[in-house]
Amino acid sequence: MSTVASTVEAPAGVRLPIYMDNHATSPIDPRVLEAMMPYFTTRFGNAASRNHSFGWEAEKAVENAREQIARLIGANAKEIIFTSGATESDNLAIKGIAEMYRERGNHIITQVTEHKAVLDTCKRLEKYGYRVTYLPVKADGLIDLDDLARAMDDKTILVTIMAANNEIGVLQPIREIGKLCHEKGVLFHTDAMQAVGKVRFNVIADNVDVASISGHKIYGPKGVGALYVRRRNPRVQIAAQIDGGGHERGMRSGTLNVPGIVGLGKACEIAAEEMDSEAAYLRGLRDRLKNKLESELDYVHVNGTMEHRLPGNLNMSFVYVEGESLLMGINDVAVSSGSACTSATLEPSYVLKALGLGDDVAHSSIRFGLGRFNTQAEVDYVGAKVVDIVKKLRELSPLYEMVKEGIDLTKIEWQAH
Amino acid sequence: MAYSDRVIDHYNNPRNVGTLDKTAQEVGTGLVGAPECGDVMRLQIRVNPETQVIEEAKFKTFGCGSAIASSSLATEWIKGRTVDDALAIKNTDIVKELSLPPVKIHCSVLAEDAIRAAIGDWKKKNGVGESAPAAAAAAH
Ligand SMILES: Cc1ncc(COP(=O)(O)O)c(C=O)c1O
Ligand code: FES
Repeated sequence: MSTVASTVEAPAGVRLPIYMDNHATSPIDPRVLEAMMPYFTTRFGNAASRNHSFGWEAEKAVENAREQIARLIGANAKEIIFTSGATESDNLAIKGIAEMYRERGNHIITQVTEHKAVLDTCKRLEKYGYRVTYLPVKADGLIDLDDLARAMDDKTILVTIMAANNEIGVLQPIREIGKLCHEKGVLFHTDAMQAVGKVRFNVIADNVDVASISGHKIYGPKGVGALYVRRRNPRVQIAAQIDGGGHERGMRSGTLNVPGIVGLGKACEIAAEEMDSEAAYLRGLRDRLKNKLESELDYVHVNGTMEHRLPGNLNMSFVYVEGESLLMGINDVAVSSGSACTSATLEPSYVLKALGLGDDVAHSSIRFGLGRFNTQAEVDYVGAKVVDIVKKLRELSPLYEMVKEGIDLTKIEWQAH
Repeated sequence: MAYSDRVIDHYNNPRNVGTLDKTAQEVGTGLVGAPECGDVMRLQIRVNPETQVIEEAKFKTFGCGSAIASSSLATEWIKGRTVDDALAIKNTDIVKELSLPPVKIHCSVLAEDAIRAAIGDWKKKNGVGESAPAAAAAAH
């Protein structure tokens, strides 16, 4: 009788389940939590309270966090606006610029593998009379700079292109994108949520005008983020999307989430100190996992360029094995899949499809997101387990059998639903 | 997604995995679904020409755990039945047995299609007529 249940045992010292989905969110660093705690209890003041010590204490903590964030990205503290996360930052940046620069033009350029926070914001603006160009990506996941140059016209006001992709981890050439934008007098926004704290990111060197940041991918809390808004060369103006008490220099009203902001600041401070050594560590783990999978399995395929990539990201397709069934077999490991079967819409990942992958390859993809708290022992266990389950599921796969017999799957007339 | 115990059981220990000789006269093969949709099932039966009883059933499936479980269950259910009896199996029976949630109903539909396609193939091969609804497989 055949069996799929894995016989690979976790070695002593490896606690299950293993979290390897750090692009979705990351656990909070104990040092971050420690920094936040007093702001839930004794230092609970409203940072906008100007006439007592509770307010002053909170304001001081907020300003300290602004400094910590600014230092990590090479900005000035005055250029940091607090938000509820990258989704809000993306909305504020894109809608705020679109509204403010409407007289100058109505054309926005983005690209197809952006997060929905950018894509759906752009779609909404199209309803209001803006024109949006969605640049394609090459098979390696990166945009072509010539495409970008060609897409710009005298009505272009904004280019919004992410620094690092959340599914395949590829790093867009933001420095060159920013340079091109500055030459043409076009503003450049980047959703830097996955890149900040993971790879070097500097708003001056990278020619960035506006950048979205969030706490919960860098071992900080959820529900807090920031928007970098350049004040000089050029001075960027953003129309508020949330009106009220005029907080954050009028750009984003609402009482500040002081504990969250303290946590985001602390997370940035730690990242600034540890990023380089952590990147080397994660790259080592990632490459170890990749080598294990590539050496023991056939028909595996890395999605997106390995050359320009987040150190902790591995996105791989195990062709002829459907992703959700693979996740089920490694159910003590938290990873994610681009398979349609795992998505509510039953559509495979639009990011993987944009690379030109066939749906069948997209269905077979797994995203491993390594993070600060993963260990080599965990990586070895996950590697062995994936190899075991993929082999067993391929014994069950009619496609694998057909390919092994030399049948060309593209020549079969499938009965698609 | 939380899986029912029955789905987990079939996934961990799938019944009747394998391949029959598709050129054999007494073997019917159904291949349904498409790689682009993320699900392909191949179900094969060996039918006793005298009694029309399905004596052997084998499957291989590319698809989610619910698809694997649906096809595994299908082979279990059709074994020992006559072909006409096997045709009475409905996808809703599979849904009930495996407690599939609404998003996984199409996995059970595929299993029903696979049974029909395999039986249709066998009937065509053996000149068993009329009620063969092989074409129905593609029609939804
Ligand atoms: C690239 C990117 N942008 C935006 C978001 C949304 O961020 P948040 O959850 O902070 O709103 C995410 C994460 O989910 C992301 O990966
Ligand atoms: S095969 Fe895709 S949901 Fe079951």
